[in-house]
Amino acid sequence: MNKPVPPDELVADEDGPLYAPRKKVFPQSVSGRFRSIKWRLMAVCLGVYYLLPFVRWHRGLGAPDQAVLIDFPNRRFYFFFIELWPQEIYYFTGLLVLAALALFLMNALGGRIWCGYLCPQTVWTDLFYAVERLVEGDRRAQIKADAGPMTAKRAGRRVLKHTIWLMIAWWTGGAWVLYFADAPTLVRDLATFQAPAVAHVWIAMLTASTYSLAGYMREQVCVYMCPWPRIQAALTDEWALNVTYKYDRGEPRCSVKKAFDIRALGEKAGDCIDCNQCVAVCPTGIDIRDGAQLGCIQCGLCIDACDAVMSKVSRKTGLIGYDNDINVQRRIAGKEEIFKPVRARTVVYAGLITVVCAVMLYALMSRTLLDVNVLHDRNPIAVRLSDGAARNGYTLRFLNKRGFDRVIAIDVDGPADAKLHVIGADSVTPDRPMIVLPRDTTTEMRVLVTAPFDEKAEKSVPVTFRVTDIGLGEVASATDHFVLP
Amino acid sequence: MSEHDEIDRVSGRSTTGHEWDGIKELNTPLPRWWVLTFYATIIWAIGYWAVYPAWPLVSGYTTGLFHYSTRASVATDLADLEKLRGQKMAVLGNASLANIEKDPVLLALARARGKTVFADNCAPCHGSGGAGAKGYPNLNDDDWLWGGSLDQIMQTIQFGARSGHAKTHEGQMLAFGRDGILKKDEIVTVANYVRSLSGLSTAPKFDAAAGEKIFTENCTSCHGDAGKGNQELGAPNLTDKIWLYGSDEETLIETITNGRAGVMPAWVGRLDPVTVKALAVYVHSLGGGK
Repeated sequence: MNKPVPPDELVADEDGPLYAPRKKVFPQSVSGRFRSIKWRLMAVCLGVYYLLPFVRWHRGLGAPDQAVLIDFPNRRFYFFFIELWPQEIYYFTGLLVLAALALFLMNALGGRIWCGYLCPQTVWTDLFYAVERLVEGDRRAQIKADAGPMTAKRAGRRVLKHTIWLMIAWWTGGAWVLYFADAPTLVRDLATFQAPAVAHVWIAMLTASTYSLAGYMREQVCVYMCPWPRIQAALTDEWALNVTYKYDRGEPRCSVKKAFDIRALGEKAGDCIDCNQCVAVCPTGIDIRDGAQLGCIQCGLCIDACDAVMSKVSRKTGLIGYDNDINVQRRIAGKEEIFKPVRARTVVYAGLITVVCAVMLYALMSRTLLDVNVLHDRNPIAVRLSDGAARNGYTLRFLNKRGFDRVIAIDVDGPADAKLHVIGADSVTPDRPMIVLPRDTTTEMRVLVTAPFDEKAEKSVPVTFRVTDIGLGEVASATDHFVLP
Repeated sequence: MSEHDEIDRVSGRSTTGHEWDGIKELNTPLPRWWVLTFYATIIWAIGYWAVYPAWPLVSGYTTGLFHYSTRASVATDLADLEKLRGQKMAVLGNASLANIEKDPVLLALARARGKTVFADNCAPCHGSGGAGAKGYPNLNDDDWLWGGSLDQIMQTIQFGARSGHAKTHEGQMLAFGRDGILKKDEIVTVANYVRSLSGLSTAPKFDAAAGEKIFTENCTSCHGDAGKGNQELGAPNLTDKIWLYGSDEETLIETITNGRAGVMPAWVGRLDPVTVKALAVYVHSLGGGK
């Protein structure tokens, strides 16, 4: 723990270098409870990312059969049974709100578990570390090789490592583009060099970013680039469980033998044997025993390392664990530990998540697959006809979100004795204009509403256009005004 | 010692000397990769000078390695657009006017094209939506000087009215006053008579019989016996509610005294045939088409 320096011990330090070289991090491999959770989550995350584009979902003739597809040319987003149009982008706003709230809730419960387990930066960096250890050996071998001269063997290993990294990075970029086109077709086109240039450009960009972020930038992204640690620090409270070195139990640090001697004298010796394993396994190269800090992504690997050592020296595990300072202080004071996962902040976050989920679900369920918008003519707003009647022109835009053509009838509610005329549709059914809406698209029609001119009538009355699907009975309507000349 | 001689008590490190509400910033060195990235962006920017147009010269500018020009790329895009339109417009060109109105896809295409062309060429006189103005007909109503069928509208767009084109619509409202055909009081009388044709109020001392006599002798050859007008001559219907110049007595007297001869230019040769076709459909679909 950092302890304040008494004023009389303060020494002015040199300004030091203006630019700090990066501290090299060679995390040691570790096994244990949190490591295996991380392996499994990594498998799930990468599995979903790489394989999801190949999942098929039958939507009928003429529609793509890819379960998740962002179709930019046709301006459609497909997600299993949902098909969204660009004007429904607000569903994504809802998803982002939900994601933010979920992040806040995670943070209130277990600190930066997003950073430690699920963030793509962590997942890919973890994968790249694994490759590095596989090819170049564990921490010790890497440190030794790094300090020693470049030999042919070492150079060969280094080339192999970068080759595997680049292949993973390329595959990452390759999977990315599959979300924007029919995956099997694009894979075939890529294999036969017939894919469009834009696919190659995106694969190249994603390859470069994956390779540099997971291969080189690594913990620098978390420490310097990512805004979340800063936001998280402002959002957290004293009850959140963070990866904590329980200094009440660990201090003062001393070797097993020395601790035996000290304890024999009846004095307090800490459980921490200062073996440095928690530092050796840390992917961001920090010392958790310095307390909660910006560099800690709370992946829990130091817990696994410490538990393994504690078991070896036959001490109770959990010297490092998900805990908080309140409990450290309580244990020092000889009180019971308390955990409060249910508190105002978590209840509010959970409540908000429920509300947003419910709103989104309702919006999705009550979403109309038939819609109509109306735009009143501006020049002229109203027209006087030769017989004295008044007429207004409107542009109606119909949205047919179903995968088949449908016939709709248009009715108008508005001024007394109003007559509706749809340009290009009146010849078949003059009394109740009907038109065909082609599937999965918008149709624009010009309509005219004519009503007798009455000097005493109100200058402007509401007019409603009601659209009825003749086959399914679905109804949509739009309201504007009928204005007298 | 430098200006950073203030030491933070907790970390034992020097501060930058900057303070915000009692919070001081440690003088932490920048990470080296950050500094390198910063310099890399400067080098990248210099690369822009070489690749893209950048520096003004005495007459002109440095064009860059690939002679990139936003203006040229717009021209290319427009050419591509015309090519794309060419296929669609060919379909429009081959369809008859009546069939275009019956086919929703062709109608939408013609209306889209017509609307743009209307805004570019017709809006200065007829208004952006064809609402017209005094002396410029409203194209949204059902009253037509030269006929409101698709063919008639297309004829008018092609050759105009009194445009000087060989096939243009001809027809003249005579200057009955200026040319001495009618006397001042006769003009007042016939103006009131014209008002009475569409049920408008007349002056108290108005002599309807005298008005009818003047009207029959001078006006019916163009406007018809009942004043219903004649689209062959562009003579307006005087019995309806629509007035091109105005229905008040003063305006009518002015019209009869000095005559009227509004001009519409011929668009044949200025707009290509398919565009004229699209324009005719658009104007017809504004609402007044017969």
